[in-house]
Amino acid sequence: MLNRLTHSELTARLAKREISAREVMQACLDQVHRVDGRVQAFLSHDAEDALAQAAAADKALAQGATHVQQPLLGVPIALKDILAVKGHPLGCASKVLAGFISPYDATVVEKLKAAGAVLFGRLNMDEFAMGSSTENSAYFTTRNPWDTSRIAGGSSGGSAAAVAADECVAALGTDTGGSIRQPAALCGCVGMKPTYGRVSRYGLVAFASSLDQVGPLTKDVRDAATLLRVISGHDPRDSTSVDAPVPDYAAALAESVKGLRLGLPKEYFIRGIDPEVNAAVQAAVKQLEKLGAEIVDISLPHTEYAVATYYIVATAEASANLARFDGIRYGLRVDGADPIALYTKTRGAGFGAEVKRRIILGTYVLSSGYYDAYYLRAQKVRTLIRQDFLKAFETVDAIVTPTSPTAAFKAGEKTEDPMQMYLSDIFTISCNLAGICGVSLPCGFTTNPKLPIGLQVLGKPFGEATMLRVAHAYEQATQWRKDRPKLD
Amino acid sequence: MPSTDIDVKYVAHLARLGLTPEEERKFGAQLGQVLGYIEKLREVDVSAVEPTAHAVPMVNVTRPDGIRPSLSNEEALRNAPAQAGGLFIVPKIVE
Repeated sequence: MLNRLTHSELTARLAKREISAREVMQACLDQVHRVDGRVQAFLSHDAEDALAQAAAADKALAQGATHVQQPLLGVPIALKDILAVKGHPLGCASKVLAGFISPYDATVVEKLKAAGAVLFGRLNMDEFAMGSSTENSAYFTTRNPWDTSRIAGGSSGGSAAAVAADECVAALGTDTGGSIRQPAALCGCVGMKPTYGRVSRYGLVAFASSLDQVGPLTKDVRDAATLLRVISGHDPRDSTSVDAPVPDYAAALAESVKGLRLGLPKEYFIRGIDPEVNAAVQAAVKQLEKLGAEIVDISLPHTEYAVATYYIVATAEASANLARFDGIRYGLRVDGADPIALYTKTRGAGFGAEVKRRIILGTYVLSSGYYDAYYLRAQKVRTLIRQDFLKAFETVDAIVTPTSPTAAFKAGEKTEDPMQMYLSDIFTISCNLAGICGVSLPCGFTTNPKLPIGLQVLGKPFGEATMLRVAHAYEQATQWRKDRPKLD
Repeated sequence: MPSTDIDVKYVAHLARLGLTPEEERKFGAQLGQVLGYIEKLREVDVSAVEPTAHAVPMVNVTRPDGIRPSLSNEEALRNAPAQAGGLFIVPKIVE
């Protein structure tokens, strides 16, 4: 089944003309047709447009185009509904942007197109990327392909579920507090967040501008490395993007971790982690040791303050970023007697509950009289969190932790208590605050029911090559990725 | 010292966010709990710490002040809820 192959497997066969891009795209569409009624990863997709792109890729291949020039030629990649694709809907799974058609391409989309990718579909997400279960989508909840009574994680739930269910070869998601890594862990695929500034945010609808990053969700680490190289790079249109060289991440993958020092932060191995998750991660650490890595106990003392810091900083930034949805230039408009009434009614009708909660919290912590006690203080704690990591990286090459304290929970289980939901991000959140890179990959399953467990590897700023090397070495020594969810 | 109760009505007004009385009540309770959790940040000694607004050590990123291509007037208006004569129609602002 062509839709089950990785990018490297597909491009080898496409290059030899053993298969066509059209066949690959059709296989994905057939899978979407077969399973998406239950998985609900896609908000929408345009089969005709996708097949036309695939046909164009086949034409290019016939005329001598190669994967050296265009690494993604003919490969179907789906996109989270938060990335701008010219002429396609851009909704962020929100009613406030219902019907909005993007007039331009995001930089990452331009890069994917230049690399020959076949881009299809709008993947479901928590509204404006705010959530950890995709239950905050204004439309419907994406289900976990391993157990459809459970959530797929969030906010890139659609991206993770689509990759895990073989509805596409790879997907792009975004990660502000763990929104790529956590759903990847819960759905059993690879998901990575690049260092802040590695990938351009131009064309990414902003949630928290100092935390957001675009990243790949894939079936294996090699594919993530390939995709990372394509989307990375300085962009003059994003003044927060960094002008640093982009290594060939896939070529740098090695199966040896001999001599690498891996840190285990004691604050991440605490009571409250599901015992099977803990066991799987401990076994993964032993495996890495067997592969030649040296395991070092480290401490990240400000870990316990990360969730609190995040929910001040991220909500504050979000309250500013979402001010633009005012019914004037685009999106939903609910008329009012005067502009204030128009804004108030439009935003009241257009935003879901979680988005409203975060806007209120963010506005509050920035407001006069509260700014110093909350926002300024949180920014200082953020410095301490970042310093914890920079100090740790003086003695270790990468850090290994569980991605999520539990496997996928049941839909509806955490929706009444926002604080419960927020705490499920506890292991992923610090990475965004510190601006470092992180990847989640499969390291086992729970037993009853069988649900994926994710191992997280954190790398230093612009340390993706080392981080991916650790992930790849572990992955190649195990068989977890060969297991597919039963969706019949 | 700030209390852990948000004046939801007032803050919603600042954010131009229309809430039903039920939402005001519910969000007030939920956010009160979140603020209660956030109080733990007071334990941290931040006396000698500089705030981080941006995780990467970059400052003063500029570009030459020149005209570059942008969206056409048509493209910019394509998603407008109300438009006429190449302009967005808005409610009356001044009497």
